[in-house]
Amino acid sequence: MAELNVNGKKYKLDVDPETPLLWVIREQIGLTGTKYGCGIGACGACTVLFEGQAVRSCAIPVAAVEGKKIETIESLEKNGQLSKVQKAWVDNQVPQCGYCQSGMVMATTALLRNTPKPTDAQIDAAITNICRCGTFQEVRAAIHAVSKA
Amino acid sequence: MTTNTNTSRRHFVIGSSAIATGLAIGFDLSFMSTAHAAMGTGTTAMTPLATPEIGVWVVVKPNDDVVVRIVRSEMGQGTITGLAQMVAEELQCDWKKVSYDYPSPGENLKRNKVWGSYSTGGSRGIRTSEQYVRKGGAAARMMLIQAAANQWNVPAAECVAKDSVITHTPSGKKTTFGKVSVAASQLEVPKDAPLKDPKEWTLIGKSVNRIDGVADKVTGKQVYAIDLKMPGMLVANIKESPVFGGKVKSYDATKAQSMKGVKKVVQVGDTAVAVVADTFWQAKTALDQVNIVWDNGSNGELSSAGIKKMLEEGLTANDAFAHNTNGDVKAAMSSASKILEATYFYPFLNHATLEPQTATAKWTADSCEAWVPTQDGEASLAAVIAASGLPADKCNVYKVNLGGGFGRRGAFQDYTTQAVNIAKQMPGTPIKLIWTREEDMTQGRYHPVMMCKMSAAIDDKKNVTAVNMRLSGQSILAAVRPAVVAANKGKDPLAFQGVDPTGEHGICYSFPNLNIDYAMRNTTVPPGFWRGVNVNQNAIFIETFMDEMAEATGVDAVEFRRKHMEKYPRAVAVLNAVADGIGWNTPAKPGVFRGVAQMRSFGSYVAAACELSVTNGNEVKIHRIVAATDPGYVVNPAQVARQVSGSFVYGLSALFEEEITIEKGAVVQKNFDTFGSIRLSQMPKVETIIIQGGGKDWGGVGEPTIAVAAPAVLNAIYRATGKRLRTVPLKNSGIKLV
Repeated sequence: MAELNVNGKKYKLDVDPETPLLWVIREQIGLTGTKYGCGIGACGACTVLFEGQAVRSCAIPVAAVEGKKIETIESLEKNGQLSKVQKAWVDNQVPQCGYCQSGMVMATTALLRNTPKPTDAQIDAAITNICRCGTFQEVRAAIHAVSKA
Repeated sequence: MTTNTNTSRRHFVIGSSAIATGLAIGFDLSFMSTAHAAMGTGTTAMTPLATPEIGVWVVVKPNDDVVVRIVRSEMGQGTITGLAQMVAEELQCDWKKVSYDYPSPGENLKRNKVWGSYSTGGSRGIRTSEQYVRKGGAAARMMLIQAAANQWNVPAAECVAKDSVITHTPSGKKTTFGKVSVAASQLEVPKDAPLKDPKEWTLIGKSVNRIDGVADKVTGKQVYAIDLKMPGMLVANIKESPVFGGKVKSYDATKAQSMKGVKKVVQVGDTAVAVVADTFWQAKTALDQVNIVWDNGSNGELSSAGIKKMLEEGLTANDAFAHNTNGDVKAAMSSASKILEATYFYPFLNHATLEPQTATAKWTADSCEAWVPTQDGEASLAAVIAASGLPADKCNVYKVNLGGGFGRRGAFQDYTTQAVNIAKQMPGTPIKLIWTREEDMTQGRYHPVMMCKMSAAIDDKKNVTAVNMRLSGQSILAAVRPAVVAANKGKDPLAFQGVDPTGEHGICYSFPNLNIDYAMRNTTVPPGFWRGVNVNQNAIFIETFMDEMAEATGVDAVEFRRKHMEKYPRAVAVLNAVADGIGWNTPAKPGVFRGVAQMRSFGSYVAAACELSVTNGNEVKIHRIVAATDPGYVVNPAQVARQVSGSFVYGLSALFEEEITIEKGAVVQKNFDTFGSIRLSQMPKVETIIIQGGGKDWGGVGEPTIAVAAPAVLNAIYRATGKRLRTVPLKNSGIKLV
């Protein structure tokens, strides 16, 4: 039995403690905005916030995050209002296929909470997610748009 | 409208017999409503087609909402938006009210393929359907105007439509599309629907925002195939023989069958074993516990070293297929004062769509349905029909938006076939098959491996008198379209993309003597169409060798190209545009070096110029790429710019980091730790120039530019380091993109 705090809601789940957080979020809790891309923490499609920091949920066993605060992509839109990052993503028409974008948005959300006006070098260091469509130019523009707003 | 309900099976048939087309449209909605709920907002793949339809491409609802039917697949490239813009341009509707619908491939089959080809590849979405979709929009406008004219009892010629409003010009009477849509739907579709003069376009050529649910993609609401939920659904994970051509000899599932959540362990065809469980994670961990013994047959000794040896032999073999020749290359070579030679290698590559392969299928004795992230709904349906053992009219496919495509999910429906095979062993239960990344990396349809030997004859006046290009490597068509190769007497004309004599992949250079030929050398590694296809390697071969010839003849690299491009003014224009854009004729900053390349591919003319610097002898930083594209007409310039900059991420990942190697008949690379994909920090600034080169043509956009970044960068690296790098990826030469 694992006790999880996801997006401010508490869950008691009957799940193998070794199950990666990603699959608990997707399959037990049913929030599918967090994506599976590699399973080894290499691509960032599964990025969520763990106590406010961006982490790759595919490589963390659920036992390691019990009782800690987890935020997923579904938590950002509040009362029908997109977050500033999400709005900048729409304004800059960032997504192509969109599959990596939940992870991109979460990594950016964590970056901007800690560093509201990041330099290009700080963006480079923080946003290491893979995007096969190649949206990086638009991602960078959208991050700068949020920090200037 | 009539509705027959069989409540016991939740099976609805909605007939549209009221519509004047007279076609009865049947929809099998068994468990579709719940599936649709799971798909979230903004996704229309599951809904029955909207009505009333005005012709087959357009639906206008009474509230003036316009639904445009799209059959090409959206995988990020923006085809939905571009195609809808074209229909709306001719329809003269209010763009703000436009959304889209995916007619199912089964629906298309029932209606004698009224929507044409579903195949989404080869950068064809716009360029091969622009005529009929624009005519579909124009026909619908004529029908709406006619309906209004009938109501007012005036000639249709006195009425005009704009922004979904129809006006009778002499009287000033107005009505809206929505008010006459039902009446319009009952009119005959006009046989001839003249198109607007391009000068009158107001929507084509405009950078409107995408209509395929951008907000849903940033909130996690867009449902990809991997996210589907249905009542009673189980999840499967699969392992296919790691050795290509291998089979399952035996397997022991004793332990797996006793694990939590596991419902069944099944063999899938001759080649794979799958575990079906409540969740993916249970299926995957249980499959890891299945002891599978493989029969590798005779393919277990294939290695990259062996393949390279075979390709090297092909470089001088006598069995080559000459496809682009003029003059007498041998004579020119023998009288040359200097011979220039270079040998190249380009590896196998995996598509690595970020969403691994996945498909959902439900099979019963009398129907089979599949939900597929597909680049070709018709190919998916064909796979479902074949695997289900059921008649075509008992099968259907519902298209789900793709988490990347790049050529992996069109011609190849292996994952769809697998899902049906598994579902068939659990009748009535929807089965969602999800591959691991490891399965995806090792069961690809790989960009073919290719070597090339370039040779040039240079005379005593420093003129290039002959060029010889010998390709040696794997044929895609021999594996994927063997009938095409058979029809060409065992030859594969596709290998010459970018250096064809003419056409959409025609070479844009002339030489007094030229010979381009190809020695086909096939392996058991399954090849596939990978974004850009054979242009990728041919661009590297020809465009870096152009620089070598320029240097050997003492001519500037851009000037040398222009000298051989006299017959191709549009190619010269894109080359000049990137040369000007990068500042070719002014000195670069100290430590900064430049390179250029140009190609014609997928019907467009493209060129790229870059600026980079190299530190510590091996760390390459690309500062800028200026890219020009002349596709003829352009539907959505902002969308083109995003495709161009995105294509360089795919192309540069391949140049610097990606390689699939083979040991003991199987793929070595299992994940993104060994199959690199470039990151944001490595992304150069891309400046896109769009040239509309006149004429009356439409070129592709998704693929053409991908190939020009690599040779431009290689040419610049040579200027920076004095090294000609001719083996891809550059990581094998110790070069890093930083």
